[in-house]
Amino acid sequence: MLSQSLIAFFEDSALADSIRENDILFPLIESIHVLAISLVIGSILAVDLRLLGLASVGRSVSRVTSGVLPLTWCAFVVAVGSGGLLFISNATKYLANGYFVAKMLLIAAAGINMLVFHALSTRDLPRWENAARPPLRARLAGGLSILLWVAVVACGRWIGFTMKVG
Amino acid sequence: MFVAALTALSKWLAATSLSSTILTTGWIIPTLQTVHILCVAVLFSSAVLVDLRMLGVLQRDVPLSDVARRFLPAIWPILLVLLVTGGLLIVGEPRRSLVNGTFYLKMALLAVAIVLTSALQWSLASTPGFWDRDTGRRVAGGIAAVASILVWSGILFAGRWIAYTQAG
Repeated sequence: MLSQSLIAFFEDSALADSIRENDILFPLIESIHVLAISLVIGSILAVDLRLLGLASVGRSVSRVTSGVLPLTWCAFVVAVGSGGLLFISNATKYLANGYFVAKMLLIAAAGINMLVFHALSTRDLPRWENAARPPLRARLAGGLSILLWVAVVACGRWIGFTMKVG
Repeated sequence: MFVAALTALSKWLAATSLSSTILTTGWIIPTLQTVHILCVAVLFSSAVLVDLRMLGVLQRDVPLSDVARRFLPAIWPILLVLLVTGGLLIVGEPRRSLVNGTFYLKMALLAVAIVLTSALQWSLASTPGFWDRDTGRRVAGGIAAVASILVWSGILFAGRWIAYTQAG
């Protein structure tokens, strides 16, 4: 299968090999991953809490997002890059780990939640974005986002307890 | 002598029933770590968002004091949750941290971060324009913001590194 040979290609690469074998590289990339994912989740939480009407209510939704989401996106790029490097070092083991698969699906779900909210809100956001308490669908999107990201972190931590790397 | 005392403390902690419950109940340590990391995420992001405003990178449409008022107060109750979850993790696996230099580096950096963050919060609460008064203050504020980002990042790095430097 193409995907299997693709995985083997990455896993057998010199880069993947050095991440596996080097004592410093894996924890270093892992630390960068934790740092990046912390910024992703913490900054998204600021937006989610605004959508729920629980924080920054004196500021419009679009001002909160424009002030916070650039950090979210930069950190997300770093999280994906560092996570990708960790993944290729032990791709076959990660793919066989249920928590890893669940984590990927949960991140995809968080992305879909964001896209759906964005699509539904583009037309009428200006009408309610100053309200301290946004409409129900905005509050649902914010609440769902928090639950999904909490689950992402839980799955990420559980990978470490169910899979032996190296 | 110091190391011997810490080893003895670790042994005593490890012998408590709380320690063995934490260690032997499969879900407790990953759950504590998950809560710990989530709190780290909120605390770190709050500090970084304020630091980035100090550096003029994000949220330039509002005064620094406003950004600080929105993000900094949450740090203290969350720090309390971090101390509790971190404390329970130590009780569960005392040797992992108490006889590990990386853990003390993390605590030293945490002390610096607490001083930096409370000084920042206090200065802005008493004088909202404290860091905008003149060029000297702005430069000092920028340096403090970079220092804050570096120290908090160091805490996260050290935290992850505890797992790799624990005594066998």
